[in-house]
Amino acid sequence: MIAALITLGILALIFGAILGYSAIRFKVEADPLVEQIDAILPQTQCGQCGYPGCKPYAEAIANGDEINKCPPGGEATIRHLADLMGVEAKPLDGAHGTEDVKKVAYIREAECIGCTKCIQACPVDAIIGASKQMHTVIIDECTGCDLCVAPCPVDCIDMIPVKETPTNWQWKLGKNAGGTVGDINIKELT
Amino acid sequence: MGVSAPNSHLVPDWDSVFAQLNKGQMTDFPGGVHPPQAKALSNTTPIATPNLPDVLYIPIKQHSGVVGTISVSIGDQVKKGQALTFSSHPFSVPVHASTSGTITDIMEHPSAHASGLPETTIVLTPDGKDTWDLLPVIEDYKTASAMVLLERISDAGISGLGGAGFPTYIKTNTQKSVECIIINGIECEPYISSDDRIMREHALQIKQGIDILCHITQAKRVIVAVEDNKPEAYKALAEACGDDERMLMASVPTKYPAGGEKQLIQVLTGCEVPNGGLPIDLGILMYNVGTCFAIADAVLYGKALTQRVVTLTGQALTKPQNVWALLGTPIAHLLEHAGYKPDQQKRQKVIMGGPMMGFTVLNDTVPVVKITNCLLVPAQDELPDIDDEKPCIRCGVCADACPAGLLPQQLYWYSKAKELDKAQDYHIHDCIECGACAYVCPSEIPLVQYYRQTKAAIRQEADDKAKSDKAKERFEARQARLLADKKAREEKHRKAAEARKAAMENKGNDAKDKIAAALARAKAKRAAAAKAAQDNQQDDAN
Repeated sequence: MIAALITLGILALIFGAILGYSAIRFKVEADPLVEQIDAILPQTQCGQCGYPGCKPYAEAIANGDEINKCPPGGEATIRHLADLMGVEAKPLDGAHGTEDVKKVAYIREAECIGCTKCIQACPVDAIIGASKQMHTVIIDECTGCDLCVAPCPVDCIDMIPVKETPTNWQWKLGKNAGGTVGDINIKELT
Repeated sequence: MGVSAPNSHLVPDWDSVFAQLNKGQMTDFPGGVHPPQAKALSNTTPIATPNLPDVLYIPIKQHSGVVGTISVSIGDQVKKGQALTFSSHPFSVPVHASTSGTITDIMEHPSAHASGLPETTIVLTPDGKDTWDLLPVIEDYKTASAMVLLERISDAGISGLGGAGFPTYIKTNTQKSVECIIINGIECEPYISSDDRIMREHALQIKQGIDILCHITQAKRVIVAVEDNKPEAYKALAEACGDDERMLMASVPTKYPAGGEKQLIQVLTGCEVPNGGLPIDLGILMYNVGTCFAIADAVLYGKALTQRVVTLTGQALTKPQNVWALLGTPIAHLLEHAGYKPDQQKRQKVIMGGPMMGFTVLNDTVPVVKITNCLLVPAQDELPDIDDEKPCIRCGVCADACPAGLLPQQLYWYSKAKELDKAQDYHIHDCIECGACAYVCPSEIPLVQYYRQTKAAIRQEADDKAKSDKAKERFEARQARLLADKKAREEKHRKAAEARKAAMENKGNDAKDKIAAALARAKAKRAAAAKAAQDNQQDDAN
């Protein structure tokens, strides 16, 4: 009886020590799920989901919030989130905005007064300029989040759709084949 | 044709491959179709040279890769063969003035692409003299180093003339050892006969190009493959290559798409190019016959790539034929040359490329570019004009036709459902877009269009992912910077406050000292005054 108690006690101590050591040795810094969700989100930091950035929304999703609140990500992001979270994909929640064509910010430079307000608003440092100097957008870095438009006191920022070129052109299906341009229909020649 | 067991993913054993080819034994590739050839329409007359067009539209991007910077400005006089762009980027080759004349504009012009979207284009008005600006001729290429020859191939703007437009010098400048060069004279797509004609008429110069490639790559073997429906071309090339021991002529059975790079390698060697790999992984480099001709032009004659053979064909033309078209020639000029009859068509429609892989062009000002091998102008009932997709009946005929051994039906479902991951699992990127599946589909589903769309979506998604990763990095860097700034500011404020406090304390001490000093001074004064009074009293007493 006593031997059994001692044995079990020793075993409990050993396993406890192993567990305790593992907890320190293999400590996970952040919630990996949040990181995974964050990696799927489009990182525009636009706040259209109602959270102050992509990471906070990722945390909210990990805690059970809806996955359909991200208009810049659109259908593709919802599909990936649904895969990751193991839930049904659902259509984008219209209350948070609609999926739009890709855009980038453009500053009408002649009208810019150099107030730096947009520079402070840009979450990805895509606007260069200095106080009382003209500002401009680095188009390659702009995520099209819209956050610089509201702070501009002279309304000199436009959101311009990304230009369609032969490189980023999407093949269109169906009717245009019977129309004027694009692919030809292939069929066994009889 | 003997069919040997496919030894996939293995490097070919060249001695046995050559022994088998000498016996006429080749491997078959899976699938494939036999559409009506319709080549006799255009391949009976010699390659003609049309008049100079009134204007040339030269797009600055005619190869796959990076665009160069324009090195001329409006109003400049240029000579034929003069480079119009330059770039130090390795994935870029220049474009050249196709004739002598004046640069009259640099503008956005409809592209020779399925989208027809405008691209930056240099507009050249010919002066009619056609004066060359030749590169220095490398007469004895055998004494020239590979680097010099590669540089020439690059400077002459040569990119693959077979279809993909990959810069030739990049392909040739490989670090791996080249066992065998395959010259692709298959031209399997119906209607097209530009390679056929160039082989018949310029076999000797093609041979010169092959010799130059052999010298650069030090390849020991060459297979010249011609489809067996082109006996004249085969004969011409066999005569040109006749006494060269490295060369082997192969007459490949006609089947579409035998001219596909991977399919041809499978037919000739029995080996498959591994998934995601390149022919060079098997020690093979493949060149189109037109590319070989252009290489000889560039090295031995100093001519940059300014023209190519284009097949003008279709029953809506009175004189279907092959022509030497200057790059940048608007297709309207060539159609006029070939006697275009608009009344033969229900609505005007010109296909750039062949009936299987081509696309309809936006309008008749679209220019001929380096990869334009054919202009097909079908009469009203010549090609089916359908837009009547019916539901898939899961007959599986497409899978039998696929030359890449894919499952077109599965790819179709995944494309339709936008399941990009699944489509990739089913190797959509191995699809060569040959159109064999769509050709046999009884439901007339434009399968290739679905795959192209899915491929574009996959590319787009990868781009978006790269962009969002970059945005995240920048966002986090910004957050870190703002935090650091805030901390630095707080630290500064704290230090300033400390300094003020210290200063205050110091000031306090000063004041006390001053008061003490003042008191001491007053005390001393008083003492002095008292002493003086005492002295006076003593003086008075004396």
